[in-house]
Amino acid sequence: MEFAIETDGMTRRFGNLVAVNDLTLRVPTGQIFGFLGPNGCGKSTAIRMLTGLLTPSAGTVRVLGKSLPQKAEEVRRRVGYMTQKFSLYANLTVEENLAFVANIYGMRKREAQQRCRELLEIYDLVERRLQRAGTMSGGQKQRLALATAVIHRPDLLFLDEPTSAVDPENRREFWERLFDLSDRGTTILVSTHYMDEAERCHSLAILQEGRMRAQGSPQQLMKDMGANVVEVDGDDLRALKQRLLQMPEVLSAAQLGTRLRVLVRDRVTDPGAYLRTQTGLERTWELVRPSLEDVFVICTGGSPNDRTD
Amino acid sequence: MIVLTDLLLSLTRIRAVAHKEFKELGRDRLTFALVVMVPLVQLLLFGYAINTDVRHVPSALVDLSNTSYSRATAQAVEATQVAQFVMQLHSVEEAEAAITRGDIKAALILPTDFVQRLDTYSPLYKMPERAVPRAVGQWLVDASDTMVASAIRGLRVMPLEEVVGLMPAQQQPSFEMALYFNPEQRTVVNIVPGLLAVILTMTMILFTAVAIVREREQGNMEFLITTPVRSLELMIGKILPYILAGLVQMAIILSLGYWIFAVPINGGIGSLLVAALLFIFASLTLGLLISTVAQTQMQAMQLTIFILLPSILLSGFMFPYEAMPRGAQWLAECLPATHFMRAVRGVVLRAAEVRDLVADLLWLAGFSVVGVMVASWRFHKRLD
Repeated sequence: MEFAIETDGMTRRFGNLVAVNDLTLRVPTGQIFGFLGPNGCGKSTAIRMLTGLLTPSAGTVRVLGKSLPQKAEEVRRRVGYMTQKFSLYANLTVEENLAFVANIYGMRKREAQQRCRELLEIYDLVERRLQRAGTMSGGQKQRLALATAVIHRPDLLFLDEPTSAVDPENRREFWERLFDLSDRGTTILVSTHYMDEAERCHSLAILQEGRMRAQGSPQQLMKDMGANVVEVDGDDLRALKQRLLQMPEVLSAAQLGTRLRVLVRDRVTDPGAYLRTQTGLERTWELVRPSLEDVFVICTGGSPNDRTD
Repeated sequence: MIVLTDLLLSLTRIRAVAHKEFKELGRDRLTFALVVMVPLVQLLLFGYAINTDVRHVPSALVDLSNTSYSRATAQAVEATQVAQFVMQLHSVEEAEAAITRGDIKAALILPTDFVQRLDTYSPLYKMPERAVPRAVGQWLVDASDTMVASAIRGLRVMPLEEVVGLMPAQQQPSFEMALYFNPEQRTVVNIVPGLLAVILTMTMILFTAVAIVREREQGNMEFLITTPVRSLELMIGKILPYILAGLVQMAIILSLGYWIFAVPINGGIGSLLVAALLFIFASLTLGLLISTVAQTQMQAMQLTIFILLPSILLSGFMFPYEAMPRGAQWLAECLPATHFMRAVRGVVLRAAEVRDLVADLLWLAGFSVVGVMVASWRFHKRLD
């Protein structure tokens, strides 16, 4: 298999803080690869090292077969980057922003014009082309940012929390465009803290406090998480939750509306029966399909949206 | 061939950055207004306001003699236009109090024996053996401002023959004076070209420093770094529009100086352009250097002021370079403004040509080259 990104022991320290710790990654060419983790887990720092913006404190990085940061300039021509914060010029129009970036990538006038027109079409910005970028909505800005990031048809695209300022509908639409790019052979590395987004990736790395906690396809991660998921409803769920958490085989219990979601180690062959006998409660203990959130909880001991910093 | 296409690509990128910078500058109304308004307002303000030729110093007259002679002397003093008597006081103590309060800057005391003292100036007076003629009165001066003090000091020796009713003796000057370049001794003639140096220092340094730091602050830089644009290309592209802005400012200052304040432009436009462009380059590289140090626009502004103040005070704009102690002169030599101040006054006032200003112009060119090299070395295309 060919890899667009290969890192071995990639580490970055800021003073005493280890932002990224011993990260070893293999991102196969053509995949959509996700970094899943809470804010401050090192996603952005990892992406900045992979784009050559930051030098790793230790470890090696190879992107598109070239070593970073030595070959950063060569890699730059084949890589696109969409920053977390909108980083285009608010005072310029949509069209001017695109033309500027096209020129930066050394396109000739005709070529640049044609490519810009094409991108305006694809990213549904034709009607906005004379509008100043600063006055657009979150979704429109995000489409413009993606259009500029792919203007030179990169082989590898980095997206740092691309949908953090976008409503769910735009998010879905945005992912359609990512799949289009992926179908045409672009490798995409996207960081997110949304589970529904992570689930769309071909492959995932779960990060916490700079370390990799798990890696694999969403299906594989759910299969291998080492726990079964049981849901139960009824009264007084808060007290029940406290009781369940005391049991040795229960990894976690979390309330979801009127139901309690319980993760039980998979060495317990019949988790429903186990919980029924342990609690002595004749309720419906229903075995349900695991989700990525469950994987995340097991890997990190918390929900991805619990912490903000 | 590869080198050539590389160069062409490089030029394309520089043009893209410059083009973008022009558009942004054009849409940023305030900055655009500042390019024009700063020289306009400051020229009008300082051209009228700054004057080292001190006149009409508010003074008090303490006439203890109260004779027609003493009144005639006071009139003679006022006729010089250096001092103007705004109040009449009756004792030395009152005069001192008024000076302390700041009501007046100086007081002329004419003592009770004024007439006897004045007599000694009469040619009919027989001076006793070994006696020296005594002063007829005394000036009390608030000497904290040296310029006011020296103006009053100019009144130290006054011909008093007219007061006594005689024809003033024809005094033969020891030296003839030929005042070149500014025979009417108008301060504004020296101020206008100096102001050009000060305003260019301020706007050129600030604009570039802020333009680049803003790019970093707003997050544009993070995106730009991942594109093929090189740091030197980015810098040159960002500087180009401001070179034009600097030339516009120069045109405003010198043409207004000519029309409103009748400051002649004696030198050639070519020499002027060479000097101005070199200075604009030097100031822009100084701005670039600041931008590699400052993290925020606020820091960039503070650093600009840190350079601007010595550029105003030590460059020879306000106070003569020659009057400064050696150490301060060395410090002033480090500032581009000092060299341009000399060069532009040379061209505008003394019709100097490039060959007369080689030392200063070479210094400015050297400063720019070294500055750009240091700046692009300091400006990593990385975030760490």
